Amino acid sequence: MSKKLRIATTSLAGCFGCHMSILDIDERLFALLELVEFDRSPITDIKHCAPCDIGIIEGGICNAENVHVLHEFRKNCKILIAIGACAINGGLPAQRNHLDLSSCLTEVYLTEPGLAHGHIPNDPELPLPLDKVHPLHEVVKIDYFIPGCPPSADAIWKFLTDLIAGKTPELGHGLIKYD
Amino acid sequence: MAADDLCLLEQIVARHGNDASKLLQILREVQECFGFIAPAAVNSLAESLAIPRARIESVASFYSFLHLTPHGEYRVLFSDNITDRMLGSQDLMAQMCQQLWLQPGKVSEDGLVSIGTTSCTGMCDQGPALLVNGRAITRLTHQRVMEIGQLIRNRTPLADWPADFFRIENNVRRSDLVLGSTLLPGVVLQIALALGGQHVVDSIKTSGLRGRGGAGFPTGLKWEGCRNAPGSEHYVVCNADEGEPGTFKDRVLLNLQPDLVFEGMTLCALAVGAKKGFLYLRGEYRYLLEPLQAVLQRRRDDNLLGKSILGFPGFDFDIEIHLGAGAYICGEESALIESLEGKRGVPRNRPPFPVTHGYLQQPTAVDNVETFCQAVLALHIDAEKYRAIGTEKSSGTKLISVSGDCPRPGIYEYPFGVTVREVLQDCGAVNTRAVQISGPAGVCLGESEFGRKLGFEDLPTAGAFMVFDDSRDMFEVARNFVHFFAHESCGFCTPCRVGTSILKQTMDKIAAGHGTRYDLNEVENLDRVLQTTSHCGLGRSACNPVLHTLKHFRPAYENKLKSLDFEPAFDLDGALARARQMTGRDDAGAHLKAEGI
Ligand SMILES: Cc1cc2nc3c(=O)[nH]c(=O)nc-3n(C[C@H](O)[C@H](O)[C@H](O)COP(=O)(O)O)c2cc1C
Ligand code: SF4
Ligand code: SF4
Ligand code: FES
Repeated sequence: MSKKLRIATTSLAGCFGCHMSILDIDERLFALLELVEFDRSPITDIKHCAPCDIGIIEGGICNAENVHVLHEFRKNCKILIAIGACAINGGLPAQRNHLDLSSCLTEVYLTEPGLAHGHIPNDPELPLPLDKVHPLHEVVKIDYFIPGCPPSADAIWKFLTDLIAGKTPELGHGLIKYD
Repeated sequence: MAADDLCLLEQIVARHGNDASKLLQILREVQECFGFIAPAAVNSLAESLAIPRARIESVASFYSFLHLTPHGEYRVLFSDNITDRMLGSQDLMAQMCQQLWLQPGKVSEDGLVSIGTTSCTGMCDQGPALLVNGRAITRLTHQRVMEIGQLIRNRTPLADWPADFFRIENNVRRSDLVLGSTLLPGVVLQIALALGGQHVVDSIKTSGLRGRGGAGFPTGLKWEGCRNAPGSEHYVVCNADEGEPGTFKDRVLLNLQPDLVFEGMTLCALAVGAKKGFLYLRGEYRYLLEPLQAVLQRRRDDNLLGKSILGFPGFDFDIEIHLGAGAYICGEESALIESLEGKRGVPRNRPPFPVTHGYLQQPTAVDNVETFCQAVLALHIDAEKYRAIGTEKSSGTKLISVSGDCPRPGIYEYPFGVTVREVLQDCGAVNTRAVQISGPAGVCLGESEFGRKLGFEDLPTAGAFMVFDDSRDMFEVARNFVHFFAHESCGFCTPCRVGTSILKQTMDKIAAGHGTRYDLNEVENLDRVLQTTSHCGLGRSACNPVLHTLKHFRPAYENKLKSLDFEPAFDLDGALARARQMTGRDDAGAHLKAEGI
């Protein structure tokens, strides 16, 4: 292969579990690094995305900053992959969708003693929460989904190697898990 | 629980012989008696039936007419089929909510009333309709809804409401073999008994009769399969679940020709060697229970049911009526059998089919109401003559339930082979844009296809015929059907449970003006998943409404789409409004630009 593919990854409203699973491909990371270079990713600590071939995103969208990061990924990545239950369905963070955002904020910052001196933080540095947590594909077009919470390292390996080889990625029996 | 209530509860359980397989029937009666199934009632039932609470709660939570929490003394459910909506049901519901100070789906604070929606109640020819505590009221107008609101506010017992509210029309517009029959009870049974079971099976095979519930399976073959299947008992089941939106012919048959239905079931019992039969009546037709029980009693008195029927020693057969409780999936025959056994109505793995492993795992013949009527008449007029009616592969007549945009909705009985156009002419429809055949799971036809024929060769149908004129938005029709499937998915298998919800969200997204071409492609992908991986026919047909309307009425979708490749599913900036309000922020960072990427 003449040129290495560039991959960016990030975690939005996720727990980093999916990233741990990416690391779980263990020594195969070396084989992977023969084929790809990491751009923006917790692995490199690069803060902003340059044009990439593949973007991998864990976690759903819970605040304005998530939306900005997701837009940055969509603009820069030719192929965008949603990895894990949170990215695909909202997952655990979306449990708050049953509650009204105002009552969440009131409960945490106003009713409970001891937090933020009894006011709801309003520093412009802080991203505002969306009223609901959304899966990625409700905000931008997503090309592929890798289900699982988290997907196994084997599933991630199979998916990426297929994709890099130019094949339609296929997760056969045993690699697709919905939990 | 008060001592009186406990006593009532014990009576209900005793009436069903303390039999846990009658759980659904017991729960229905508890619901009817107390308005909901209280935790104390669950405890008491668990004890007297010797089953775990969890089983009772799992069954109760499956059926939409059963409630584990109080749902008001008056529980109002507006029928939410597209034909009800076309007649203004949504406005009427909003009016009633306003009158009673209530939000849809909620119970009023004083515990008096709740208002919600339910799938098609089978009153499509006289809509809009609603159910109040399970009783149907049709031909709703603003005036009538206001009167209902007043009756509820005054806590007038249902029994004292004007009888006219509960009047249900038959609206028979065209009769033929079945609806025109004046056959006396027992005549065909007498002939059949003389001929014997095998002969009945052979005649039904010769007649070419095929099932009228939708799938069109040859009835003679089914009866033969059941007859030959080994088992300690054989059973006959009449499928009167009639849940397909837009269908109401079984209601009319049960009302006008109940003897034909029961005679057909008895004939089938003779053919397959059954001693026991069930009529599975959808909960929405609860009002038919007493009249049908009276017919059964008359037939028992006339020795047309019971021991040694018509004096034939050893031919014993009786029929029990089971009521459903608001679950469309229970029309699927194996789900129906589960429900008969008092369980959640989840379809079984097939094979084995009910003919060999049905009710209590014994050979069971499940047929549609109309099929039983047709069987009696096929035998009466002679199998060969019957075969000559209709078309080559679809013999006999078919009852069509016509609703929607036409001046004469109702029941039309035709020999098979009638064209869509002929039906449209007979019901007086003008400026027809589309016809939906056989409910949401069936096909949607555009004008160029009105020459097609009803029958198994071309357009198989369980009988629904919904007419849409050129004032209707076919996208909204499809969206209503998609909501129906999402609501009625039994939740057993992931492709259908999740897929129907995704489909619903996609249609809502398009309706809200966030749709793109990408979403339409996604529907096609989803269809492939649902077609190939769903456990039963519901999931397999859930995408049909969208695919069919897309084929004929693509502009109805395209004029709602954004031209971009992709649009977010919701208003991004709007989703921050709450947080802006709570934090008092309005800086640039507190807003999101709408970007289609
Ligand atoms: C989702 C679903 C719903 C059904 N609903 C009904 C129904 O309401 N009434 C009915 O007779 N058949 C219904 N059927 C068909 C039954 O499974 C079965 O084929 C039929 O009762 C057999 O009777 P027949 O041979 O007389 O048509 C349904 C099937 C499916 C998959
Ligand atoms: S999918 Fe599971 S592992 Fe991945 S981010 Fe969500 S919670 Fe964590
Ligand atoms: S396809 Fe749908 S209705 Fe049928 S079994 Fe699966 S979840 Fe239930
Ligand atoms: S999919 Fe959630 S428990 Fe099975």
